[in-house]
Amino acid sequence: MSRKVRIAQLSCGSEYSGVQKEIYEAAESVDAEVFFPDIALADVERAVDTFGLDVRSADLKLMIARGKALVEGTVDADGVFIGTCFRCAEAAIVRNELRRYIHEHSRLPVVSYSFTERTTAGTLLTRMEALTTIARRRALLAREEQTGITMGVDSGSSTTKAVVMKDNEIVGTGWHPTTEVIKSAESVVADALEMAGLTREDIQAVGTTGYGRFLIGKHLGADLIQEELTVNSKGAVYLAGHQRGASTVIDIGGMDNKAISVLDGIPGTFTMGGICAGASGRFLEMTAKRLGVDITELGPLAMKGMGKNVPMNSYCIVFGTQSLVNALAAGSSREDVAAAACHSVAEQVFEQQLQEIDIKEPVIMVGGTSLIEGLVYAMGQLLQTEIVVPPHSQYIGAVGSALLASGFIKGE
Amino acid sequence: MAKVFIYPATSLILSDLVARFGHKPLGAALGIRERIQTAGVDSPPLQITPEEPKRGLKYAAVEVPSGVRGRMAIYGPLLEEAEAAIIVTDADLAFGCMGCARTDELILFSLRQSGIPILELKYPANEEEGVQFVAAVKKFLDGLENGGET
Repeated sequence: MSRKVRIAQLSCGSEYSGVQKEIYEAAESVDAEVFFPDIALADVERAVDTFGLDVRSADLKLMIARGKALVEGTVDADGVFIGTCFRCAEAAIVRNELRRYIHEHSRLPVVSYSFTERTTAGTLLTRMEALTTIARRRALLAREEQTGITMGVDSGSSTTKAVVMKDNEIVGTGWHPTTEVIKSAESVVADALEMAGLTREDIQAVGTTGYGRFLIGKHLGADLIQEELTVNSKGAVYLAGHQRGASTVIDIGGMDNKAISVLDGIPGTFTMGGICAGASGRFLEMTAKRLGVDITELGPLAMKGMGKNVPMNSYCIVFGTQSLVNALAAGSSREDVAAAACHSVAEQVFEQQLQEIDIKEPVIMVGGTSLIEGLVYAMGQLLQTEIVVPPHSQYIGAVGSALLASGFIKGE
Repeated sequence: MAKVFIYPATSLILSDLVARFGHKPLGAALGIRERIQTAGVDSPPLQITPEEPKRGLKYAAVEVPSGVRGRMAIYGPLLEEAEAAIIVTDADLAFGCMGCARTDELILFSLRQSGIPILELKYPANEEEGVQFVAAVKKFLDGLENGGET
Protein backbone atom coordinates (compact mmCIF):
# COMPACT_ATOMS: atom_id res chain seq x y z
CA MET A 1 0.00 0.00 0.00
CA SER A 2 1.43 3.36 -0.98
CA ARG A 3 1.94 6.14 1.51
CA LYS A 4 -0.85 8.68 1.65
CA VAL A 5 -0.03 11.93 -0.14
CA ARG A 6 0.12 14.73 2.40
CA ILE A 7 -1.59 17.91 1.30
CA ALA A 8 -1.05 20.97 3.47
CA GLN A 9 -4.16 23.11 3.79
CA LEU A 10 -3.73 26.86 4.04
CA SER A 11 -7.17 28.35 4.39
CA CYS A 12 -9.45 30.89 5.97
CA GLY A 13 -13.16 30.30 6.45
CA SER A 14 -13.38 26.66 5.34
CA GLU A 15 -14.76 25.46 8.66
CA TYR A 16 -17.22 28.31 9.05
CA SER A 17 -18.37 27.85 5.45
CA GLY A 18 -19.20 24.27 6.33
CA VAL A 19 -16.94 22.87 3.58
CA GLN A 20 -14.06 21.43 5.60
CA LYS A 21 -15.70 18.01 5.52
CA GLU A 22 -15.88 18.23 1.72
CA ILE A 23 -12.17 19.03 1.54
CA TYR A 24 -11.34 16.00 3.68
CA GLU A 25 -13.62 13.79 1.58
CA ALA A 26 -12.09 14.91 -1.72
CA ALA A 27 -8.59 14.18 -0.40
CA GLU A 28 -9.58 10.80 1.01
CA SER A 29 -11.10 9.73 -2.28
CA VAL A 30 -7.68 10.06 -3.96
CA ASP A 31 -5.86 8.40 -1.05
CA ALA A 32 -4.46 11.66 0.26
CA GLU A 33 -4.68 13.32 3.64
CA VAL A 34 -5.19 16.97 4.30
CA PHE A 35 -3.44 18.48 7.29
CA PHE A 36 -2.89 21.90 8.81
CA PRO A 37 0.83 22.71 9.22
CA ASP A 38 1.59 22.83 12.92
CA ILE A 39 3.20 26.09 14.03
CA ALA A 40 3.58 27.98 17.27
CA LEU A 41 1.34 30.97 17.95
CA ALA A 42 4.44 33.03 18.71
CA ASP A 43 5.68 32.45 15.16
CA VAL A 44 2.61 33.93 13.52
CA GLU A 45 3.38 37.64 13.93
CA ARG A 46 7.05 37.09 13.05
CA ALA A 47 6.06 35.26 9.86
CA VAL A 48 3.59 37.98 8.88
CA ASP A 49 6.22 40.68 9.49
CA THR A 50 8.83 38.98 7.35
CA PHE A 51 6.29 38.13 4.63
CA GLY A 52 5.42 41.82 4.54
CA LEU A 53 1.68 41.61 3.90
CA ASP A 54 -0.08 43.45 6.69
CA VAL A 55 -3.47 41.74 6.90
CA ARG A 56 -6.01 42.16 9.67
CA SER A 57 -7.72 38.78 9.76
CA ALA A 58 -6.03 36.42 12.19
CA ASP A 59 -6.77 33.33 10.10
CA LEU A 60 -5.07 34.93 7.12
CA LYS A 61 -2.03 35.64 9.32
CA LEU A 62 -2.06 31.97 10.23
CA MET A 63 -2.19 31.04 6.54
CA ILE A 64 0.88 33.15 5.86
CA ALA A 65 2.77 31.61 8.78
CA ARG A 66 1.88 28.11 7.62
CA GLY A 67 2.93 28.92 4.07
CA LYS A 68 6.28 30.20 5.30
CA ALA A 69 6.77 27.04 7.37
CA LEU A 70 6.29 24.95 4.22
CA VAL A 71 8.76 27.00 2.21
CA GLU A 72 11.31 27.08 5.02
CA GLY A 73 11.00 23.30 5.34
CA THR A 74 10.00 23.17 9.00
CA VAL A 75 6.87 21.31 7.89
CA ASP A 76 6.88 18.60 5.19
CA ALA A 77 4.16 18.25 2.59
CA ASP A 78 3.68 16.78 -0.89
CA GLY A 79 1.33 19.46 -2.14
CA VAL A 80 -0.51 22.58 -1.02
CA PHE A 81 -4.20 23.45 -1.13
CA ILE A 82 -4.94 27.15 -0.62
CA GLY A 83 -8.58 27.99 -0.03
CA THR A 84 -10.41 31.12 1.02
CA CYS A 85 -13.95 32.43 0.91
CA PHE A 86 -15.25 33.51 -2.46
CA ARG A 87 -15.76 37.30 -2.61
CA CYS A 88 -13.37 38.13 0.24
CA ALA A 89 -10.96 40.72 -1.09
CA GLU A 90 -8.47 40.52 1.76
CA ALA A 91 -8.34 36.74 1.48
CA ALA A 92 -7.99 36.90 -2.30
CA ILE A 93 -4.86 39.03 -1.94
CA VAL A 94 -3.35 36.60 0.56
CA ARG A 95 -4.36 33.55 -1.49
CA ASN A 96 -2.73 34.96 -4.60
CA GLU A 97 0.45 36.23 -2.99
CA LEU A 98 0.93 33.07 -0.93
CA ARG A 99 0.40 30.89 -3.97
CA ARG A 100 3.01 32.91 -5.87
CA TYR A 101 5.43 32.83 -2.91
CA ILE A 102 5.24 29.05 -2.55
CA HIS A 103 5.49 28.54 -6.31
CA GLU A 104 8.61 30.70 -6.54
CA HIS A 105 10.39 29.40 -3.45
CA SER A 106 9.62 25.68 -3.48
CA ARG A 107 8.86 22.76 -5.77
CA LEU A 108 5.53 22.07 -4.09
CA PRO A 109 2.53 21.84 -6.43
CA VAL A 110 -0.13 24.35 -5.41
CA VAL A 111 -3.80 24.61 -6.16
CA SER A 112 -5.82 27.58 -5.02
CA TYR A 113 -9.58 27.75 -4.76
CA SER A 114 -12.19 30.18 -3.52
CA PHE A 115 -15.12 28.33 -2.03
CA THR A 116 -18.70 29.03 -1.08
CA GLU A 117 -20.94 26.95 1.15
CA ARG A 118 -21.98 25.15 -2.03
CA THR A 119 -18.51 23.73 -2.72
CA THR A 120 -18.63 19.93 -2.68
CA ALA A 121 -16.08 17.13 -2.60
CA GLY A 122 -16.96 16.43 -6.23
CA THR A 123 -15.94 19.94 -7.23
CA LEU A 124 -12.59 19.54 -5.51
CA LEU A 125 -11.89 15.98 -6.66
CA THR A 126 -10.01 16.71 -9.89
CA ARG A 127 -7.84 19.33 -8.17
CA MET A 128 -6.94 16.99 -5.32
CA GLU A 129 -6.34 14.17 -7.78
CA ALA A 130 -3.94 16.37 -9.75
CA LEU A 131 -2.02 17.27 -6.59
CA THR A 132 -1.63 13.61 -5.68
CA THR A 133 -0.69 12.63 -9.23
CA ILE A 134 2.10 15.20 -9.27
CA ALA A 135 3.36 13.92 -5.93
CA ARG A 136 3.05 10.21 -6.75
CA ARG A 137 3.85 10.06 -10.42
CA ARG A 138 6.70 12.48 -10.98
CA ALA A 139 8.67 9.76 -12.74
CA LEU A 140 5.78 8.99 -15.08
CA LEU A 141 5.15 12.67 -15.77
CA ALA A 142 8.81 13.06 -16.73
CA ARG A 143 8.17 10.81 -19.77
CA GLU A 144 8.87 12.79 -22.94
CA GLU A 145 8.45 10.17 -25.63
CA GLN A 146 5.70 7.76 -26.55
CA THR A 147 6.82 4.21 -27.22
CA GLY A 148 5.08 1.10 -28.56
CA ILE A 149 1.41 1.21 -29.53
CA THR A 150 -0.85 2.96 -27.06
CA MET A 151 -4.26 4.55 -27.02
CA GLY A 152 -5.58 7.54 -25.11
CA VAL A 153 -9.29 8.30 -24.64
CA ASP A 154 -10.58 11.63 -23.35
CA SER A 155 -14.20 11.49 -22.22
CA GLY A 156 -15.08 15.18 -22.01
CA SER A 157 -18.33 16.89 -21.11
CA SER A 158 -18.99 17.94 -24.71
CA THR A 159 -16.93 15.58 -26.84
CA THR A 160 -15.13 12.28 -26.58
CA LYS A 161 -11.77 11.93 -28.27
CA ALA A 162 -9.44 8.99 -28.91
CA VAL A 163 -5.91 8.85 -30.24
CA VAL A 164 -3.78 5.86 -31.23
CA MET A 165 -0.04 6.47 -31.09
CA LYS A 166 2.78 4.34 -32.43
CA ASP A 167 6.47 5.02 -31.87
CA ASN A 168 5.95 8.66 -30.94
CA GLU A 169 3.56 9.39 -33.85
CA ILE A 170 -0.20 9.90 -33.89
CA VAL A 171 -1.50 7.26 -36.29
CA GLY A 172 -5.23 7.36 -35.59
CA THR A 173 -7.80 9.78 -34.21
CA GLY A 174 -11.48 9.68 -33.34
CA TRP A 175 -13.86 12.46 -32.30
CA HIS A 176 -17.53 12.26 -31.33
CA PRO A 177 -19.96 14.42 -29.33
CA THR A 178 -20.45 12.89 -25.88
CA THR A 179 -23.91 11.40 -25.63
CA GLU A 180 -23.88 8.07 -23.84
CA VAL A 181 -20.44 7.99 -22.27
CA ILE A 182 -19.48 4.38 -23.07
CA LYS A 183 -21.08 4.33 -26.52
CA SER A 184 -19.32 7.59 -27.44
CA ALA A 185 -16.02 6.14 -26.26
CA GLU A 186 -16.54 2.97 -28.26
CA SER A 187 -17.27 5.03 -31.38
CA VAL A 188 -14.11 7.12 -31.12
CA VAL A 189 -11.97 4.10 -30.30
CA ALA A 190 -13.32 2.29 -33.38
CA ASP A 191 -12.63 5.34 -35.57
CA ALA A 192 -9.09 5.80 -34.24
CA LEU A 193 -8.26 2.10 -34.67
CA GLU A 194 -9.67 2.06 -38.20
CA MET A 195 -7.63 5.10 -39.16
CA ALA A 196 -4.51 3.53 -37.66
CA GLY A 197 -5.21 0.20 -39.42
CA LEU A 198 -4.91 -1.58 -36.09
CA THR A 199 -7.12 -3.72 -33.88
CA ARG A 200 -7.83 -3.52 -30.17
CA GLU A 201 -5.44 -6.43 -29.61
CA ASP A 202 -2.56 -4.44 -31.08
CA ILE A 203 -2.86 -1.83 -28.32
CA GLN A 204 -0.26 -2.39 -25.62
CA ALA A 205 -1.56 0.12 -23.09
CA VAL A 206 -4.58 2.41 -22.66
CA GLY A 207 -4.93 5.68 -20.78
CA THR A 208 -8.19 7.52 -20.04
CA THR A 209 -8.94 11.03 -18.86
CA GLY A 210 -11.80 13.56 -18.71
CA TYR A 211 -15.10 13.51 -16.82
CA GLY A 212 -15.90 9.94 -17.83
CA ARG A 213 -12.39 8.62 -17.17
CA PHE A 214 -13.37 6.19 -14.41
CA LEU A 215 -16.32 4.71 -16.29
CA ILE A 216 -14.58 4.27 -19.63
CA GLY A 217 -11.32 3.37 -17.90
CA LYS A 218 -13.05 0.42 -16.29
CA HIS A 219 -14.85 -0.46 -19.52
CA LEU A 220 -11.66 -0.40 -21.59
CA GLY A 221 -9.50 -1.99 -18.91
CA ALA A 222 -7.26 1.07 -18.91
CA ASP A 223 -3.75 0.91 -17.47
CA LEU A 224 -3.86 4.59 -16.55
CA ILE A 225 -6.87 6.59 -15.40
CA GLN A 226 -5.83 10.16 -14.72
CA GLU A 227 -7.40 13.59 -14.31
CA GLU A 228 -7.09 16.07 -17.12
CA LEU A 229 -4.94 18.70 -15.40
CA THR A 230 -1.72 16.69 -15.46
CA VAL A 231 -2.61 14.81 -18.65
CA ASN A 232 -3.42 17.97 -20.61
CA SER A 233 -0.28 19.72 -19.36
CA LYS A 234 1.79 16.80 -20.53
CA GLY A 235 -0.03 16.58 -23.85
CA ALA A 236 0.27 20.32 -24.45
CA VAL A 237 4.03 20.62 -23.94
CA TYR A 238 4.56 17.38 -25.89
CA LEU A 239 2.60 18.56 -28.93
CA ALA A 240 4.06 22.08 -28.73
CA GLY A 241 7.59 20.64 -28.59
CA HIS A 242 8.28 22.50 -25.38
CA GLN A 243 8.75 19.79 -22.78
CA ARG A 244 11.49 21.55 -20.86
CA GLY A 245 11.24 24.85 -19.06
CA ALA A 246 8.26 27.00 -18.15
CA SER A 247 5.04 27.37 -20.10
CA THR A 248 1.37 28.15 -19.58
CA VAL A 249 -1.45 25.90 -20.74
CA ILE A 250 -4.98 27.22 -21.27
CA ASP A 251 -7.81 24.82 -22.02
CA ILE A 252 -11.25 26.37 -22.40
CA GLY A 253 -13.53 23.37 -22.26
CA GLY A 254 -17.20 22.70 -22.77
CA MET A 255 -17.96 22.75 -19.09
CA ASP A 256 -14.88 24.05 -17.30
CA ASN A 257 -11.60 25.74 -17.99
CA LYS A 258 -8.09 24.93 -16.94
CA ALA A 259 -5.23 27.38 -16.58
CA ILE A 260 -2.00 25.65 -15.71
CA SER A 261 1.44 27.00 -15.00
CA VAL A 262 3.80 24.24 -16.15
CA LEU A 263 7.46 23.58 -15.45
CA ASP A 264 9.22 20.75 -17.29
CA GLY A 265 5.87 19.24 -18.22
CA ILE A 266 4.59 19.11 -14.65
CA PRO A 267 1.91 21.49 -13.36
CA GLY A 268 3.14 23.91 -10.70
CA THR A 269 0.05 25.96 -10.02
CA PHE A 270 -3.29 25.54 -11.64
CA THR A 271 -6.86 26.68 -11.49
CA MET A 272 -9.95 25.04 -12.79
CA GLY A 273 -13.07 27.13 -13.26
CA GLY A 274 -16.44 25.60 -13.57
CA ILE A 275 -18.92 28.07 -12.17
CA CYS A 276 -19.87 30.16 -15.17
CA ALA A 277 -20.97 28.85 -18.56
CA GLY A 278 -20.23 32.30 -20.01
CA ALA A 279 -16.53 31.46 -19.79
CA SER A 280 -16.84 28.12 -21.53
CA GLY A 281 -17.08 26.65 -24.99
CA ARG A 282 -20.85 26.43 -24.48
CA PHE A 283 -21.13 30.20 -24.90
CA LEU A 284 -19.47 29.96 -28.30
CA GLU A 285 -21.66 27.01 -29.31
CA MET A 286 -24.74 29.06 -28.48
CA THR A 287 -23.41 32.04 -30.40
CA ALA A 288 -22.69 29.86 -33.44
CA LYS A 289 -26.20 28.44 -33.26
CA ARG A 290 -27.74 31.91 -33.05
CA LEU A 291 -25.65 33.08 -36.01
CA GLY A 292 -26.69 30.00 -37.97
CA VAL A 293 -23.15 28.77 -38.54
CA ASP A 294 -21.32 25.62 -37.54
CA ILE A 295 -18.99 26.02 -34.56
CA THR A 296 -16.06 25.41 -36.93
CA GLU A 297 -17.06 28.51 -38.90
CA LEU A 298 -17.30 30.80 -35.88
CA GLY A 299 -13.53 31.39 -35.61
CA PRO A 300 -12.95 32.52 -39.21
CA LEU A 301 -16.10 34.66 -38.98
CA ALA A 302 -14.81 36.33 -35.80
CA MET A 303 -11.48 37.10 -37.42
CA LYS A 304 -13.29 39.29 -39.94
CA GLY A 305 -15.16 41.24 -37.27
CA MET A 306 -14.49 43.88 -34.64
CA GLY A 307 -15.71 42.84 -31.22
CA LYS A 308 -15.52 46.39 -29.90
CA ASN A 309 -18.42 47.37 -32.16
CA VAL A 310 -20.80 45.22 -30.09
CA PRO A 311 -21.68 46.41 -26.58
CA MET A 312 -21.66 43.43 -24.21
CA ASN A 313 -23.49 44.10 -20.94
CA SER A 314 -22.70 40.77 -19.31
CA TYR A 315 -20.47 37.72 -19.47
CA CYS A 316 -23.49 35.58 -18.64
CA ILE A 317 -24.48 32.90 -21.14
CA VAL A 318 -28.07 34.16 -20.94
CA PHE A 319 -27.68 37.93 -20.69
CA GLY A 320 -24.48 38.03 -22.74
CA THR A 321 -26.23 36.15 -25.53
CA GLN A 322 -29.07 38.63 -25.20
CA SER A 323 -26.57 41.44 -25.82
CA LEU A 324 -25.45 39.67 -28.97
CA VAL A 325 -29.04 39.22 -30.12
CA ASN A 326 -29.78 42.89 -29.43
CA ALA A 327 -26.69 43.87 -31.41
CA LEU A 328 -27.85 41.78 -34.38
CA ALA A 329 -31.28 43.42 -34.15
CA ALA A 330 -29.63 46.84 -34.09
CA GLY A 331 -27.79 46.07 -37.31
CA SER A 332 -24.42 44.73 -36.14
CA SER A 333 -22.71 42.39 -38.55
CA ARG A 334 -22.46 38.66 -37.83
CA GLU A 335 -18.68 39.01 -37.98
CA ASP A 336 -18.66 41.66 -35.24
CA VAL A 337 -20.99 39.58 -33.08
CA ALA A 338 -18.80 36.49 -33.50
CA ALA A 339 -15.72 38.51 -32.53
CA ALA A 340 -17.51 39.97 -29.50
CA ALA A 341 -18.48 36.49 -28.30
CA CYS A 342 -14.88 35.28 -28.59
CA HIS A 343 -13.61 38.36 -26.77
CA SER A 344 -16.21 37.90 -24.01
CA VAL A 345 -15.14 34.32 -23.28
CA ALA A 346 -11.42 35.16 -23.47
CA GLU A 347 -11.83 38.20 -21.24
CA GLN A 348 -13.72 36.33 -18.55
CA VAL A 349 -11.11 33.56 -18.47
CA PHE A 350 -8.40 36.25 -18.38
CA GLU A 351 -10.04 38.14 -15.51
CA GLN A 352 -11.18 35.24 -13.39
CA GLN A 353 -8.64 32.49 -13.92
CA LEU A 354 -5.42 33.71 -15.46
CA GLN A 355 -4.95 36.07 -12.52
CA GLU A 356 -4.58 32.99 -10.32
CA ILE A 357 -1.52 31.62 -12.06
CA ASP A 358 1.77 33.06 -13.30
CA ILE A 359 1.69 33.50 -17.04
CA LYS A 360 4.95 32.37 -18.56
CA GLU A 361 5.62 32.11 -22.28
CA PRO A 362 4.97 30.16 -24.36
CA VAL A 363 1.23 30.26 -23.77
CA ILE A 364 -0.24 27.09 -25.27
CA MET A 365 -3.98 26.87 -25.98
CA VAL A 366 -5.44 23.41 -26.29
CA GLY A 367 -8.81 21.65 -26.43
CA GLY A 368 -11.53 21.96 -29.02
CA THR A 369 -11.95 25.70 -28.52
CA SER A 370 -8.31 26.30 -29.51
CA LEU A 371 -9.46 25.63 -33.07
CA ILE A 372 -11.70 28.72 -32.90
CA GLU A 373 -9.14 31.18 -34.16
CA GLY A 374 -11.18 34.21 -33.10
CA LEU A 375 -10.92 33.02 -29.50
CA VAL A 376 -7.19 32.39 -29.74
CA TYR A 377 -6.72 35.85 -31.28
CA ALA A 378 -8.77 37.48 -28.49
CA MET A 379 -6.72 35.70 -25.82
CA GLY A 380 -3.49 36.74 -27.53
CA GLN A 381 -4.67 40.35 -27.53
CA LEU A 382 -5.49 40.23 -23.84
CA LEU A 383 -2.20 38.59 -22.88
CA GLN A 384 -0.18 40.60 -25.39
CA THR A 385 1.57 37.50 -26.62
CA GLU A 386 1.44 35.11 -29.53
CA ILE A 387 -0.51 32.03 -28.50
CA VAL A 388 0.80 28.62 -29.55
CA VAL A 389 -1.84 26.19 -30.82
CA PRO A 390 -0.08 22.89 -31.44
CA PRO A 391 -1.22 20.39 -34.09
CA HIS A 392 -3.92 17.98 -32.86
CA SER A 393 -4.62 20.43 -30.03
CA GLN A 394 -8.26 19.27 -29.89
CA TYR A 395 -7.03 15.78 -28.95
CA ILE A 396 -4.85 17.03 -26.11
CA GLY A 397 -6.21 14.81 -23.34
CA ALA A 398 -6.14 11.71 -25.53
CA VAL A 399 -2.56 12.44 -26.65
CA GLY A 400 -1.40 13.05 -23.08
CA SER A 401 -3.05 9.80 -21.99
CA ALA A 402 -1.53 7.79 -24.83
CA LEU A 403 1.91 9.28 -24.10
CA LEU A 404 1.75 8.53 -20.38
CA ALA A 405 0.15 5.12 -20.93
CA SER A 406 3.30 3.96 -22.72
CA GLY A 407 4.92 3.97 -19.29
CA PHE A 408 2.67 1.00 -18.49
CA ILE A 409 3.75 -1.21 -21.39
CA LYS A 410 5.16 -4.42 -20.04
CA GLY A 411 8.91 -4.18 -19.75
CA GLU A 412 8.85 -0.35 -19.68
CA MET B 1 -27.18 38.30 36.35
CA ALA B 2 -26.72 39.85 32.93
CA LYS B 3 -25.81 38.12 29.69
CA VAL B 4 -22.54 39.74 28.61
CA PHE B 5 -21.15 39.29 25.11
CA ILE B 6 -17.37 39.15 25.14
CA TYR B 7 -15.07 40.27 22.38
CA PRO B 8 -12.83 38.53 21.37
CA ALA B 9 -15.48 35.85 21.71
CA THR B 10 -12.84 33.13 22.10
CA SER B 11 -11.17 34.74 25.12
CA LEU B 12 -11.20 32.30 28.03
CA ILE B 13 -9.78 34.97 30.36
CA LEU B 14 -12.56 37.40 29.56
CA SER B 15 -15.15 34.65 29.81
CA ASP B 16 -13.77 33.69 33.22
CA LEU B 17 -13.77 37.30 34.43
CA VAL B 18 -17.41 37.79 33.50
CA ALA B 19 -18.40 34.54 35.22
CA ARG B 20 -16.36 35.33 38.36
CA PHE B 21 -18.17 38.63 38.75
CA GLY B 22 -21.55 36.92 38.62
CA HIS B 23 -22.69 37.29 35.06
CA LYS B 24 -23.19 34.96 32.11
CA PRO B 25 -20.52 35.29 29.43
CA LEU B 26 -21.69 34.94 25.83
CA GLY B 27 -18.78 33.82 23.65
CA ALA B 28 -17.47 31.21 21.28
CA ALA B 29 -17.50 28.44 23.85
CA LEU B 30 -21.24 28.85 24.30
CA GLY B 31 -21.96 29.14 20.59
CA ILE B 32 -19.87 26.12 19.73
CA ARG B 33 -21.18 24.08 22.67
CA GLU B 34 -24.71 24.48 21.38
CA ARG B 35 -23.67 22.61 18.28
CA ILE B 36 -21.58 19.93 19.93
CA GLN B 37 -24.54 18.99 22.08
CA THR B 38 -26.94 18.80 19.17
CA ALA B 39 -27.57 15.15 18.31
CA GLY B 40 -26.30 13.91 14.99
CA VAL B 41 -23.53 16.40 14.34
CA ASP B 42 -19.79 15.77 14.24
CA SER B 43 -17.36 16.84 16.88
CA PRO B 44 -15.67 20.20 16.35
CA PRO B 45 -14.58 21.66 14.05
CA LEU B 46 -16.75 19.66 11.65
CA GLN B 47 -20.01 20.37 13.39
CA ILE B 48 -20.58 23.36 11.15
CA THR B 49 -22.45 22.42 8.01
CA PRO B 50 -23.23 24.38 4.82
CA GLU B 51 -26.53 25.22 6.50
CA GLU B 52 -24.79 27.69 8.84
CA PRO B 53 -23.77 30.17 6.12
CA LYS B 54 -27.37 30.04 4.92
CA ARG B 55 -28.65 30.79 8.44
CA GLY B 56 -26.11 33.61 8.51
CA LEU B 57 -28.09 35.33 5.77
CA LYS B 58 -30.18 36.77 8.60
CA TYR B 59 -27.17 38.89 9.57
CA ALA B 60 -25.29 39.42 6.31
CA ALA B 61 -26.28 39.60 2.65
CA VAL B 62 -25.61 36.81 0.18
CA GLU B 63 -22.65 38.62 -1.36
CA VAL B 64 -20.88 38.56 2.01
CA PRO B 65 -18.32 35.69 2.04
CA SER B 66 -19.63 32.35 3.32
CA GLY B 67 -17.07 32.28 6.16
CA VAL B 68 -18.47 35.54 7.55
CA ARG B 69 -22.04 34.28 7.30
CA GLY B 70 -21.07 30.98 8.93
CA ARG B 71 -19.51 32.84 11.85
CA MET B 72 -22.54 35.12 12.12
CA ALA B 73 -24.79 32.04 12.33
CA ILE B 74 -22.96 31.27 15.59
CA TYR B 75 -22.46 34.76 16.99
CA GLY B 76 -25.62 36.43 15.67
CA PRO B 77 -28.01 34.69 18.10
CA LEU B 78 -25.63 35.52 20.97
CA LEU B 79 -25.58 39.18 19.93
CA GLU B 80 -29.37 39.19 20.00
CA GLU B 81 -29.36 37.64 23.45
CA ALA B 82 -26.72 39.98 24.90
CA GLU B 83 -27.70 42.51 27.57
CA ALA B 84 -24.23 44.03 27.80
CA ALA B 85 -20.87 43.67 26.12
CA ILE B 86 -17.18 43.97 26.86
CA ILE B 87 -14.98 44.73 23.88
CA VAL B 88 -11.22 44.39 24.13
CA THR B 89 -9.37 45.93 21.22
CA ASP B 90 -5.82 45.29 19.99
CA ALA B 91 -5.74 42.01 21.88
CA ASP B 92 -2.82 39.65 21.66
CA LEU B 93 -3.57 36.50 19.62
CA ALA B 94 -3.00 34.40 22.73
CA PHE B 95 -5.68 36.35 24.62
CA GLY B 96 -8.31 35.22 22.17
CA CYS B 97 -8.82 36.05 18.56
CA MET B 98 -11.53 36.20 15.98
CA GLY B 99 -10.28 34.70 12.74
CA CYS B 100 -11.89 37.07 10.31
CA ALA B 101 -11.57 40.87 10.32
CA ARG B 102 -14.78 41.34 8.33
CA THR B 103 -16.74 39.36 10.94
CA ASP B 104 -15.09 41.49 13.62
CA GLU B 105 -16.33 44.66 11.96
CA LEU B 106 -19.86 43.32 11.65
CA ILE B 107 -20.00 42.07 15.24
CA LEU B 108 -18.63 45.31 16.70
CA PHE B 109 -21.00 47.39 14.57
CA SER B 110 -23.96 45.24 15.61
CA LEU B 111 -23.02 45.61 19.28
CA ARG B 112 -22.63 49.39 19.04
CA GLN B 113 -25.97 49.68 17.23
CA SER B 114 -27.81 47.54 19.77
CA GLY B 115 -27.91 50.20 22.49
CA ILE B 116 -26.82 47.80 25.26
CA PRO B 117 -24.20 48.97 27.81
CA ILE B 118 -20.71 48.42 26.37
CA LEU B 119 -17.30 48.61 27.98
CA GLU B 120 -14.51 49.13 25.44
CA LEU B 121 -11.00 48.53 26.68
CA LYS B 122 -7.59 48.42 25.09
CA TYR B 123 -5.66 45.23 25.72
CA PRO B 124 -3.25 45.92 28.65
CA ALA B 125 0.41 46.22 27.72
CA ASN B 126 1.90 45.77 31.22
CA GLU B 127 1.03 44.64 34.73
CA GLU B 128 -0.16 48.04 35.90
CA GLU B 129 -2.52 48.31 32.94
CA GLY B 130 -3.60 44.74 33.65
CA VAL B 131 -4.71 45.66 37.16
CA GLN B 132 -6.60 48.69 35.81
CA PHE B 133 -8.13 46.45 33.13
CA VAL B 134 -9.56 43.99 35.66
CA ALA B 135 -10.78 46.84 37.87
CA ALA B 136 -12.58 48.44 34.94
CA VAL B 137 -14.23 45.15 34.03
CA LYS B 138 -15.33 44.63 37.65
CA LYS B 139 -16.74 48.15 37.92
CA PHE B 140 -18.65 47.75 34.66
CA LEU B 141 -20.08 44.38 35.63
CA ASP B 142 -21.01 45.58 39.14
CA GLY B 143 -22.83 48.50 37.63
CA LEU B 144 -25.00 46.49 35.30
CA GLU B 145 -28.67 46.89 36.14
CA ASN B 146 -29.26 43.22 36.93
CA GLY B 147 -25.81 42.54 38.36
CA GLY B 148 -24.47 42.43 41.88
CA GLU B 149 -25.25 38.87 42.74
CA THR B 150 -21.64 38.15 43.72
